[in-house]
Amino acid sequence: MLRLNLVLLAVLTACALALVTSQHQARKLYVELQKEQELAKQFDVEWGQLQLEASTWATHARVEKLATRALGMRVPPASRVRVVPVPPAGGQP
Amino acid sequence: MSPVAHPRLALQLPAWRSRLLLLLLLAWLAALAMRALYLQGLDNDFLQQKGESRYSRVIELAATRGPIVDRNNEPLAISTPVESVAASPADLEITPEQVRRLARLLDVDVADLRKKLADTKREFVYLKRQLPPDEAARVVALGIPGVFLQREHRRYYPAGEVTAHLIGLTDVDGRGREALELAFEQQLAGRDGSRRVIKDRLGKIVEDMESIRAPQNGSTLTLSIDAKIQYLAYRELKAAVAANRARAGSIVVLDVATGEVLAMASAPSFNPNNRGRFDPQRARNRAVTDLFEPGSTLKPFTAAAALEAGTVRPESVIDTAPGQLAIGNRVIHDVHPQGALTVAQVIQKSSNIGAAKIALELRPETLWNLFHQVGFGAAPHSGFPGEVPGRLRAAASWRPIEQATMSYGHGISVSLLQLARAYLIFATDGELRPATLLRREVPAGATRVISARTAHAVRRMLEMAAQPGGTAPRAQVTGYRVAGKTGTSYKPEGRGYATDRFVASFVGFAPASAPRLVVAVMIDEPPAGRHTGGAVAAPVFSAVVAEALRALGVPPDAPLDNVMLQPPDSQEIREEV
Repeated sequence: MLRLNLVLLAVLTACALALVTSQHQARKLYVELQKEQELAKQFDVEWGQLQLEASTWATHARVEKLATRALGMRVPPASRVRVVPVPPAGGQP
Repeated sequence: MSPVAHPRLALQLPAWRSRLLLLLLLAWLAALAMRALYLQGLDNDFLQQKGESRYSRVIELAATRGPIVDRNNEPLAISTPVESVAASPADLEITPEQVRRLARLLDVDVADLRKKLADTKREFVYLKRQLPPDEAARVVALGIPGVFLQREHRRYYPAGEVTAHLIGLTDVDGRGREALELAFEQQLAGRDGSRRVIKDRLGKIVEDMESIRAPQNGSTLTLSIDAKIQYLAYRELKAAVAANRARAGSIVVLDVATGEVLAMASAPSFNPNNRGRFDPQRARNRAVTDLFEPGSTLKPFTAAAALEAGTVRPESVIDTAPGQLAIGNRVIHDVHPQGALTVAQVIQKSSNIGAAKIALELRPETLWNLFHQVGFGAAPHSGFPGEVPGRLRAAASWRPIEQATMSYGHGISVSLLQLARAYLIFATDGELRPATLLRREVPAGATRVISARTAHAVRRMLEMAAQPGGTAPRAQVTGYRVAGKTGTSYKPEGRGYATDRFVASFVGFAPASAPRLVVAVMIDEPPAGRHTGGAVAAPVFSAVVAEALRALGVPPDAPLDNVMLQPPDSQEIREEV
């Protein structure tokens, strides 16, 4: 009877220690998860800002101004545009 | 000295005293046990709560407002986190030198800043809201105790004034206040969430206890707008309003195949990124919320109704001489009398008398039916807030003079969006689709309003109107056949009409051989003298169509020398008002 009790006590102690360790592990992992989530959030924020920046740089008005003023580009007059009909699919080129 | 028993010790105490003491002690013990039982087992919520509050915290999880994008996923409105600088004057430790540096960093007045920081009873005061993160980082770098950052979301509109009327804006707390931001608030706003966590003594979260409510970010709103066409339309409209020194203007571009709105702009506009100078008058989306009497742009519908009823054919001749027509005790005029015209020429030259004579052959219900079926007098349900239905009186109440004036667009009021949508019946084979502001994967079901034959006949008339000999030669586009109708009307004033204030409009579509776009232009109060739709609105149509068709890659359907100039000796046909 006593031996059984001792064995049970040992098992109990082992279980208790295991519980404590795993709890500790879980918390450590959770902190790590937190960090990663924070990082993901930061990337999300950065993505939004980059998107915003891209669309600000690519504003139609700005592109047009740069093209006409800085690069001296202009829309070709209709007389200098040639329309090439697309050959029907599967046809000989 | 031998111990002598104290006489008192020999005293015999009564037995009940010790028993009483024992009883009291037992009672005391029982009371304690009861209390322990009560606290442990019966009423343990309170204490557990107290314990939990020592280590568990509920943290708020803010939802991000959903972005608004155009049909090609180009962003039109994005929320991005910004930092607001706040201070707690109660805990503030700041030197005068630091106040000056802080003021410089925040770009605020030093005296103002001092006043805000002076009230040491307060625990929270915003110093500056919504700074970009890098500027906010510089404020933190000053390391002033009592000055801290508060994270907020700010809405940016990359396209600025180009889409201002359409998208609207949010207030400083991120709630939709105008236009689509307001209309789709539910969808865009999302839902804030919260969760309960365990924090250690350093304030780090060590365990997630429960998620009370998961935050739901707002969903993306995909519009039918094409940012490129929107820009073209706004640019041309703004230039036309400025060049003509008109009061205002609007433009609507519709996709013929789906009924989607590709562009909708108004001028003058405002910058939605600068909430400081916000004027509600300028924020009104005139294309949807303002009514005007369409004038001659309604004549094609009169012709269509008559063609459908079979009372006329395109080549039937109508005598419009001598330029005036008495109906009851009123007389209507053609400023430029034309004599005998075919129905097609009535549309081409925009004769009021011709239109009135065609209309008077019809029963009022016939005309009313067509007007009603193309959506006049009913809100278009595009999803925009504040849509107006316009005015279309019941046919039973029409007197002949009203039937006559309505045939050329007076005595009825519409919004520009309604008018553009109604023209879909001529651009398609007589079918009408709902005009929508949201991108559709599958086009909405169309309803047939007029027969394909009538639609083609009217389309030919409208093509003639946009050529020399018509009222809108300036609507012509190199390389494409276009069709459309001008409109010029007096503005209603009091009970009658102002004689010197006009609304000029043009509604048309292109390419005429297989229409892709309907474009409607309205210019409010162009200067007298150059006030006709053909003079001020048609050029806007022409410029927008030319660039939009090229942007869409629509192959030209006409030779490049198709634009016919006005013969120098002839006078340009002026619109009837």
